[in-house]
Amino acid sequence: MSEAVSGQPQKKSKWSLVGKDPYAMPIEQIDLSHPGIWQANEYLPFMERLRKEEPVHYCPESAVGPYWSVMKYADIMQVDTSPQIYSSEPTIGIVDTFQEYSLPAFISMDPPKHDEQRRVVQGVVAPANLKNLEGLIRQRVCTILEGLPVGEEFDWVERVSIELTTQMLATLFDFPFEDRSKLTYWSDAATAIPGGGVVSDHQERWQAIQDCLAYFTRLWNERVGQEPGNDLISMLAHGEATRNMPQEEYLGNVLLLIVGGNDTTRNSISGGVLALNENPAEYDKLRADHSLIRNMVSEIIRWQTPLAYMRRTALMDTELGGKHIKKGDKVVMWYASGNRDEDSIERANEFLIDRLNARQHLSFGFGLHRCMGNRLAEMQLTIVWEEIMKRFHKIEVVGEPERVYSSFVKGYTKLPVVLHGLK
Amino acid sequence: MVNILFIEHDGSEYPVEVATGASVMQAAVSNGVPGIDADCGGSCSCATCHVYIKEEWLAKVGEVNPTEEAMLSLSTDRKENSRLSCQIQVTEELDGLVVTTPEFQF
Repeated sequence: MSEAVSGQPQKKSKWSLVGKDPYAMPIEQIDLSHPGIWQANEYLPFMERLRKEEPVHYCPESAVGPYWSVMKYADIMQVDTSPQIYSSEPTIGIVDTFQEYSLPAFISMDPPKHDEQRRVVQGVVAPANLKNLEGLIRQRVCTILEGLPVGEEFDWVERVSIELTTQMLATLFDFPFEDRSKLTYWSDAATAIPGGGVVSDHQERWQAIQDCLAYFTRLWNERVGQEPGNDLISMLAHGEATRNMPQEEYLGNVLLLIVGGNDTTRNSISGGVLALNENPAEYDKLRADHSLIRNMVSEIIRWQTPLAYMRRTALMDTELGGKHIKKGDKVVMWYASGNRDEDSIERANEFLIDRLNARQHLSFGFGLHRCMGNRLAEMQLTIVWEEIMKRFHKIEVVGEPERVYSSFVKGYTKLPVVLHGLK
Repeated sequence: MVNILFIEHDGSEYPVEVATGASVMQAAVSNGVPGIDADCGGSCSCATCHVYIKEEWLAKVGEVNPTEEAMLSLSTDRKENSRLSCQIQVTEELDGLVVTTPEFQF
């Protein structure tokens, strides 16, 4: 998932817009790339002003340099579906990466290389294969939910969202269960900014990635010698199209799968709990009709938008929304804004679990780079909510949620809750 | 009006009658035919309205366009007769068209 602005807040930055009135500053000073307003949950009115007044917006100066922000659903769709103009290389994060500290992964490649590499691995998260894993994932979801205390405060992020996604990843890879916390660490380290809390410098981050690679190389070697199984590594090791893939490709893509499948789903699990608490009438609808879960899962993914943006780089001079974008410019598609665009989504600023066309959201992106794990994410969230509704009347949020210090990973570090059993 | 027969992967049949001008995807979605998600709403950018065209209709539905080819080439269930149904316009010529939906949209 490339390098993004994430980690822990350090000292107050001069770039932070926290506490500022979005309508009282010159519009060019609005800078969505700084993590401050995302962590403080103050980003919505900034996005709203840009959507209304300057939907393709140039920020001339920021901690990450100048960049364009694309705010409207239709414009985002145009950028996302024009890879010949807007490249995913060299990176899809707002910060340029250090070449020596990255591995090849198809998320930051253009066609034809992107297509070739994606085609090799995407079968492992295609619905036909996911069917084989559903029973085991459900079993593990049940075990976690049954171990939770009722009527007593605990942190939903730690006990459920992180634990569930880590276990699900371990399940998908058939990764040694006792070592599963390594997956969480490798995933967090891969997207961390050095010095931001998870890792102290590039070298430490790179070391984490190397450890991950060594571990997965060992697993591959084990699985090659065993009967083919239903886990991702075994499928890759035995699959006709993948068994001879170069080691670097295997590792780069395994890492992409770990990162892509980890905090996105984690934060959508937490985000759904929060959204239902903030919209009690929707929670009532859900209690009255569990068959809404499938539709609700899409609405949760829209509402959460677990990755706030994807970045592209203009390959040529072009025009978008009446603005002239120059070759080499950074162009940031703010999915978090397009998902709130009233011109494309009816009542976009309301959380409605029975929304019509709930699947038509931007959170998975569109075009060639559309989220490969989208069906897996939907399956995981559906199972989680089906099993939650069988057991609990309410997951009550009892304190302020704490949010991730990142403008890329949109999520939670803490969500204090109390469970209420079925009456 | 034009008649189109949608057949699910399990064999269930859904005959629909639609006006010309719409896309085959819209014909399915507006008539409640299951098996087509159409996540992008018809802009050829998600591949979740994937269908298989019955052999004898292949010539009549026209060629796969380049954007469609790019999206289809990433499908795990791509076949010779694969199309994205949002890219096929319903015309009088297509009266009697038969399409099959895949088990999964991906």
